[in-house]
Amino acid sequence: MPQIKLDKTPLEMFHKEHGATMVEFAGYSMPLQYQLGIKGEHLHTRSKSGLFDVSHMGQIRLKGEGVLKDLESLVPSDLQGLEVGAMRYTVFTNEAGGILDDLIVTRGDGYALLVLNAASKVAGLELLQENLDCEIELMNDSALLALQGPASVKILNTLVPGVDKLFFLQSAEFTFLGSAITVSRSGYTGEDGFEVSISKSDVRKFVEALLNDPDVALVGLGARDALRLEAGLCLYGQDLSKDVTPVEASLSWVINKRRRKEGNFPGFEAIKEQLVNGIKKCRVGVSPFGKAPARAGCEIFADGGRKIGSITSGGYSPTLERPIAMGYVEEVFSKIGTEVLLSVRGKYLPARIVDLPFVSPKYFRK
Amino acid sequence: MSKIYFSKEHEWIEVEDDLGTVGITLYAQQQLGDIVFAEVTKLKEKVLRNDDVAVVESVKAASDIFAPVSGTVIEWNDLLDDAPETLNSDPTNSGWVFKITIDAPEELQELMDEAAYNKFIEELK
Repeated sequence: MPQIKLDKTPLEMFHKEHGATMVEFAGYSMPLQYQLGIKGEHLHTRSKSGLFDVSHMGQIRLKGEGVLKDLESLVPSDLQGLEVGAMRYTVFTNEAGGILDDLIVTRGDGYALLVLNAASKVAGLELLQENLDCEIELMNDSALLALQGPASVKILNTLVPGVDKLFFLQSAEFTFLGSAITVSRSGYTGEDGFEVSISKSDVRKFVEALLNDPDVALVGLGARDALRLEAGLCLYGQDLSKDVTPVEASLSWVINKRRRKEGNFPGFEAIKEQLVNGIKKCRVGVSPFGKAPARAGCEIFADGGRKIGSITSGGYSPTLERPIAMGYVEEVFSKIGTEVLLSVRGKYLPARIVDLPFVSPKYFRK
Repeated sequence: MSKIYFSKEHEWIEVEDDLGTVGITLYAQQQLGDIVFAEVTKLKEKVLRNDDVAVVESVKAASDIFAPVSGTVIEWNDLLDDAPETLNSDPTNSGWVFKITIDAPEELQELMDEAAYNKFIEELK
């Protein structure tokens, strides 16, 4: 059997030294969990501060003054309206309006920074190269960390003074040991926290400095998945795919008024039609009544036995101590409070359509 | 006198006459992580060796628990309904999972004793 060689983040050895259970994720060797375990790491992030290695994600820099205008030809969001240092969540769409990836765009001074999912970064890079006439750099020399949770601001500000002045979805340049780093107040857990882009050569010193604070714990992908689900955030490949549009994914908010009017992005006609005439299916929160978790792939039925959708992400919420899920249902069943049935191991378990998120975000907004 | 055997699926079975009590090993609970839900799927049913009998769910995923021998599942540890975490804290004692009749005692010879099981998991590490 040929061994598939996995990519490694610059912290591969560090993770192993800290007792991580490593797994394959999107072609990378990544920490699933450390000694504390998924539940412990999850609760630590909600109460103190969790440190995540997310260096597998695709960091891309686009250079040039007009790049945001050009990039708007691939996404339905307003990017030209971003101020320097501001960040925005958006999606790449195809001609049918389907989602090719979700990403974060940051406006720099004369450039833009993009963070793409690990699994779609090669396709994303090709998409950019085919459609944009600017300098495109995959930042392979940079690691990416996330520090998430209520104690994060105090801890990071001690190491990198001034980061406490940032608001949610703001980014700026700072220095660590004399080298430039990019710090943004962002993340994918629903907590106040930061993401730090730092050179591979400095990242180990940086994480060791953070870990000197007893309130910081290493957190793996297992807890990251449960945290983002509690926060109602989508995972590309599960909750988002080329088979759903931003409207169906309950992400219409990424399309601002100007873009709804002007269009000029792939799939505009299909998306506009849905915005005007409505949709047949949409993404919702699902809350099982019982204790059994309903996982991705679980089918959703209406009272009476007709299939109306399926779960795309589901599991146990360590914060709420009960199962939570999200998925797609026919639009007529998407009203909050609608009772549905989930098929789990041949049994039909009662559940209710609920509002997202499950755990209220604690973002530090302006 | 009871005797304990171990399966490659990381279950233990304590045998007393023609009745077995089945649970998961310490190694299994470590691999599964924090268990948040457990349920029996074949109670009062006749099962064959290696059939799935129960499901345990961690935060991350669902895993089956198999019958180490053929027989009828006669009892489920209902402590696990309200306290599935007992599978983590005390998997070899109060966290037992189900009781099964031993219909084919010769199947026990296919299982491992404690020394052989310890060697088996050493090789997995």
